[in-house]
Amino acid sequence: MTRAVVMAAAALMVAGLLMLDATVSAAPNPFRAPPLLALGSGQAAGGAHCAALPTR
Amino acid sequence: MLAVVALGVAFAIATTAGARFGLLFLVGLGLGVTLEGLRFGFAGPWRAMIVQRDPRGILAQLLAIGLVAVVAIPLITANGTELAGAHAPVGLAMVGAAFVFGGAMQLVLACGSGTLVNAGSGNPVAVLALPFFVLGSFLGASHLFWWTDLGTLPVVALSGSTGVAATLAGLAIVALVLLFLATPDKRRLPARLWVAAALLAAFALANLVVAGQPWGVVYGLGLWGAKAAQALGADVAAVGFWAAPGNALRLDQSILTDPTSLTNLGLMGGAFLVATWRQGYRQPIPRLPVRAWVTVMVAGLALGYSSRLAFGCNVGAFFSGISTGSLHGWVWFAAAFAGAWVGIKVRPSLGLEARP
Repeated sequence: MTRAVVMAAAALMVAGLLMLDATVSAAPNPFRAPPLLALGSGQAAGGAHCAALPTR
Repeated sequence: MLAVVALGVAFAIATTAGARFGLLFLVGLGLGVTLEGLRFGFAGPWRAMIVQRDPRGILAQLLAIGLVAVVAIPLITANGTELAGAHAPVGLAMVGAAFVFGGAMQLVLACGSGTLVNAGSGNPVAVLALPFFVLGSFLGASHLFWWTDLGTLPVVALSGSTGVAATLAGLAIVALVLLFLATPDKRRLPARLWVAAALLAAFALANLVVAGQPWGVVYGLGLWGAKAAQALGADVAAVGFWAAPGNALRLDQSILTDPTSLTNLGLMGGAFLVATWRQGYRQPIPRLPVRAWVTVMVAGLALGYSSRLAFGCNVGAFFSGISTGSLHGWVWFAAAFAGAWVGIKVRPSLGLEARP
């Protein structure tokens, strides 16, 4: 067996993730998307990052 | 042809979710191509330093971090509302978790970004570790408050020109120590690593400017786990961590609007492109004993859980933490490096490499 099988498995995992996401998440709306760049947008950073400890 | 397909995917994301999100996928793609194409990693260079006293890979990491710090720290200082640093508190669980992460990283021979890149390039160890990494990140996030309640200091983050100077001084001291310990013929960086460090820094800064937050990996993986738990009927939104406003929003919205998820997918895609271009898919899968595969699953779980408690992996804590002035990045580095030393010692007894 070669890595081709494993790469196909990885691609299937990603496809499965996207399908799963589509079933549980709100559909994205490109017309309500944030500006291209956060810098200069005037909008506050979201805080959804590995280093962020959310407040309770 | 492959590059056209990748650009097509980015365009599809941009038209489906918004231009920012298509651009973030491209940033992730660039990171993946850089890491896989120029063989720039985190776990391997740490092993090379500990086993062979070869510091070149870590020196390249420090160079990239320094390049980002010079721009990112002043930028965040001047635009503190729009841009957030990877600033996290130091705590008991955070230090212990970083140590565990360093050890587990040497068992799988990949960190957070490395697992994604290796999975994209068809490494079976990484493909097996990835779902357990996702599960671990989700569980770690769900238990995070219990662990931080054990003892956590206030966040310490350097800012302004003082922050840049202190960060560069710290990086220089570490580099000098590594050069002092190094084997004499391994003190000079090859051109490949200079280019990789510069590209990595450029993409990391692009991530900050576009997303408003530094490059990270683990948050996205935990979110994927939360989405899977939701799909299975779990009331994830009731858990403290996921009930917090920013996280609840991510839980409700598509991962195609989550910066970390997009760069994670881009990392895998970039590695996939390079591996396909190199015809890496022709490589045979290594034969490992059953206990090695079991170790990979356990280590994947430990990587995910510990990186969540440690406020990031090599990317979110070490790379982005230090380069945006967070003290926790330095503490993470020290604890994880000690853990890596232990992981390297344990690795042969688990069947992951031939005994010397």
